[in-house]
Amino acid sequence: MAQSNHDFIERKVGWLIVLTLLTVSIGGLVEIVPLFHMKSTTTPVEGLKPYDPVRLVGRDVYIREGCYNCHSQMIRPFRAETERYGHYSVAGEYVYDHPFQWGSKRTGPDLARVGGRYSDQWHRIHLLNPRDVVPESNMPAFAWLDRPAKADDIEAKMIALRRVGVPYSDDEIKGARKELEGKTELDALIAYLQGMGTALNAGKTAVAAVAQAPAASEAPAEAPAPAAAPEKQ
Amino acid sequence: MADFVSGFWNAYVMVLVFLSIGFCVFVLVSNTTKRTSGPVGLHDHVWDETLQEYNNPLPRWWMYMFWITIIFAIAYLSMYPGFGNNQGKLGWSAVGQWEAEQKAAAEKYGPIFAKFRTMDLNAVAGDKEANAMGQRLFVTYCAQCHGADAKGAKGFPNLTDADWLYGGEPETIKTTLLGGRQGMMPPFGPALGADGVKDVANFVRSLSGLAHDSLRAQRGKELFTQNCVACHGPEGKGTPALGAPNLTDKTWLYSSAEATIIETVTNGRTNKMPAFQEFLGEDKVHLLAGYVLSLSKNVAAPAEEKK
Repeated sequence: MAQSNHDFIERKVGWLIVLTLLTVSIGGLVEIVPLFHMKSTTTPVEGLKPYDPVRLVGRDVYIREGCYNCHSQMIRPFRAETERYGHYSVAGEYVYDHPFQWGSKRTGPDLARVGGRYSDQWHRIHLLNPRDVVPESNMPAFAWLDRPAKADDIEAKMIALRRVGVPYSDDEIKGARKELEGKTELDALIAYLQGMGTALNAGKTAVAAVAQAPAASEAPAEAPAPAAAPEKQ
Repeated sequence: MADFVSGFWNAYVMVLVFLSIGFCVFVLVSNTTKRTSGPVGLHDHVWDETLQEYNNPLPRWWMYMFWITIIFAIAYLSMYPGFGNNQGKLGWSAVGQWEAEQKAAAEKYGPIFAKFRTMDLNAVAGDKEANAMGQRLFVTYCAQCHGADAKGAKGFPNLTDADWLYGGEPETIKTTLLGGRQGMMPPFGPALGADGVKDVANFVRSLSGLAHDSLRAQRGKELFTQNCVACHGPEGKGTPALGAPNLTDKTWLYSSAEATIIETVTNGRTNKMPAFQEFLGEDKVHLLAGYVLSLSKNVAAPAEEKK
């Protein structure tokens, strides 16, 4: 019987494709889809606000310049990382990131909590030529950033983000272009960097968030009981 | 840790995991054929007219490896989180592991920090071990702005000299580290006009004995008295409580060039030292303050010897 099944799949290419896709997608169905239905990944942490227009433009500059190629935005719960960068990242901090900029490589340091760590002036000097403040830095100079930020598509961007769940109000979208008046790409990028990871700050709020985590897992922990019951029967 | 919005997703994960493992078992069982003596059968496939393959059983060691992966999966899911909401027998979590790391570190390093924490800052500054720790902390958290040698850069104060914007008392240095500082010099360009600014700049240069246009400095003195003394003091010696720098010494945060002084007076300056209380905590700040204090002491000592 096994023989004939094998033959059937091997000889009918259509079935081979369908069954391969099904097999491969099981991993995603188990590991990815349920994440869309978890409280910790869908509920913003307390104090998290959607990116204001200036930060949003800064974020786009960040993506355009490929900052994610060398900088991650994800502090893992290891002491070595939390000592250097601050409190480990939690899923609720990325709820308004579409797409998130976790990155996967650290040629430069992690930036998840860079907000407030340096002065605006430091960022200005450092972005235009990193060697001016950190002589041993191997980060490229982004000397061209001191130019007007692109503002003409900000409404469209915000509307698009609203469609995927970022709660922008009509007024915020209407006033967006005005907020960008006179801002350079450098201003926008610095505003983005300075806001990074500040919603969940080391200290009180972080402790509260950690305390919440086990509490949150307790509530649905009751769920397995009915689910497990039918198996016993 | 899974905190699903409904029990459905818990069941969903469990059913899919169960089916996947079950399917693997089914595939393995259905492909296990007993070895029999005698000739081996052939596969149905025929290539190039007569070419056919023997239908040998799969090698046993190879099949065993698949069985081992299945056993591993079941053992893993029983010990670690993964099977729906199940936490696993070991009760492991990423946060739990981090907390254990933190606890171990607190036990190991806590007493060392505690030893210095109760020490006077001047004593910390004189302690070799404390300075070695302070230097490590400095290079990690402070060098980005103040430089690895703590000599600063344009706009970032040199910490190795004896000059302090907010005062060099040990507790003041610690206060700066804990709470940060917000330096602000307002712009005087609109009020003084380009010519007035140049006059003031020349007067400021004259205060520390730098080359200047004496006629402009003369006019600048009057403007200085009207506009600048509130922060910089009548003699230009600064006000540490406000972070207003002493203009009569040879220390310059943004360079002493006339053009730079003109830029400063025209546009003002905003500078910020970030607060480190929340991020680093008192223990580390105490060591850092001691280290910073030691830097200027070390420099001050040889300078006196020279005299």
